[in-house]
Amino acid sequence: MYQVGNLVRELSDKHGRVRESLMPILQGIVQKHNYLTDEAMVEVARELDISAAEVYGTASFYTFLETNVKGKYVIRVCKTITCSMKGKSDIIQTLEDILKIRVGETTTDRQFSLVETNCIGWCHKAPAILINEMPYTELTPEKVSAIIKDYMQK
Amino acid sequence: MENKELTKVDLIFEKIDNTEVLKKAFNMTQAGIIQDMLDSGLKGRGGAGFPTGLKWKYTAAENSPDKYVVCNADEGEPGTFKDREILDRVSNKVHGGMVIAGKAIGAKKGIVYLRGEYRYLLPKLMPELEAFHKLIKEIGFDFEIEYKMGSGAYICGEESALFESIEGRRGEPRNKPPYPTVSGVYGKPTSINNVETLVTAMMIINHGPQKFISYGTKDSRGSKVFSVSGDTPTPGIFELELGMTVLQFVDEFGDGDTKAVQVGGASGFCVPRKKFAETIIGFEGVPTGGSMKLFNSSRSMYNVLHNYLDFFAEESCGQCTPCRVGCQQLLKGVEKVKKGEAKSTYLNELTKLADTMKIAAKCGLGQSVGNAFKSIVGNFREEIIY
Repeated sequence: MYQVGNLVRELSDKHGRVRESLMPILQGIVQKHNYLTDEAMVEVARELDISAAEVYGTASFYTFLETNVKGKYVIRVCKTITCSMKGKSDIIQTLEDILKIRVGETTTDRQFSLVETNCIGWCHKAPAILINEMPYTELTPEKVSAIIKDYMQK
Repeated sequence: MENKELTKVDLIFEKIDNTEVLKKAFNMTQAGIIQDMLDSGLKGRGGAGFPTGLKWKYTAAENSPDKYVVCNADEGEPGTFKDREILDRVSNKVHGGMVIAGKAIGAKKGIVYLRGEYRYLLPKLMPELEAFHKLIKEIGFDFEIEYKMGSGAYICGEESALFESIEGRRGEPRNKPPYPTVSGVYGKPTSINNVETLVTAMMIINHGPQKFISYGTKDSRGSKVFSVSGDTPTPGIFELELGMTVLQFVDEFGDGDTKAVQVGGASGFCVPRKKFAETIIGFEGVPTGGSMKLFNSSRSMYNVLHNYLDFFAEESCGQCTPCRVGCQQLLKGVEKVKKGEAKSTYLNELTKLADTMKIAAKCGLGQSVGNAFKSIVGNFREEIIY
């Protein structure tokens, strides 16, 4: 849980209180807090003067607008065909071992979430993952362990 | 049918003087720019291949004070990554193409809809856009571009779903007509073009349509950027003249053991080895937005098909029944056949379902699921069953 009132107001001021601002506002909240709480979505509905169902309906459509608890770093492993052919399973296995969670779960310290995702546009450098916004490509189990250990230091 | 050799071309990424090209466009008439596009025979580079000149002509003909140029940068087709590379390396040409489109159709506003997966590009793109705005203002253009971000939805690459998303709603495709040229984003006449199309348009203004026509074939003019991946020693981005056969492509990019090429991504067609020589890559054969995936004989085509169907089942927006239920049933169906829970003849029933989806689905997503399904099941039936 996080307090979101001020952020929603700031984002609404910045993007405007109109329907087409809904996506940038929700994206802004996710950028800061990694997922949308019910309270955040109700607050957005209030600011934009639309129903909370409209906000939830829109958010739940988009994979990156998470409505379940997510860690500070969301690791998205591409599972589409080329990444799948080029060792995606080894990458998942390595991440599960290091983070001690399964795909779909979040570490108890709320630092990392591990999910699978569809094609992220790095097929020529497969396998690839996104950690929040940053892509990491041509991964090996060694490479991905080093990257995660760096994030753990942050 | 015409057939060209495989030839590498350098037009999309070539170094040009953007200012000069934009000045040239500034001094052209609306009709002049549209005529150049019509003469060039340019077809949209996102995959669907609608003639760009016609799209601009129709949008220009609409009488509205507010029109939009939308750049479709929601590149989500599995195996496509050229638009990311183009935006990363030559964003000025993308923005330039938008200004030229704006002049042609009479729009003052441009929107780039960039997929959420490419958000990391923004810190580089924003200063480039700021400098670009300054440049076009000096030339005399009255045009402004803004970026809108996607949030991980393949369907938003469909033009009307993309408009819905820009407007802050679920990315569910609209009924057509009205087409975007009449009623696009915010209900205004809109020309929506792929990233590469806009760069190509700028290149056509620079060199003139004649140079563009000198490449490619009657049905597939010019060159285009291919995203090459899978079992190849040289994965990456290559700009090639259109009109080559799959065989010529495989001779250049294959690993010596290529058994199939998926042309056009998950929504495209699977070409087996026995058809390499007779299949032309282009609108007269297998069209592609650029995605070229090579599979060698170590790969199971069942896994490929399963991966694609899983992709579609997840990415279907769920709005229309043929696509929502169809994608899930195709996926479950091939699993059943593979496990021996259904007879191999069940594949015939599934093929009928794929045909129904082509006719009955509301948008291009559901309509094209059958492409991969039928071409993989049709050519590799034994791999799906055993």
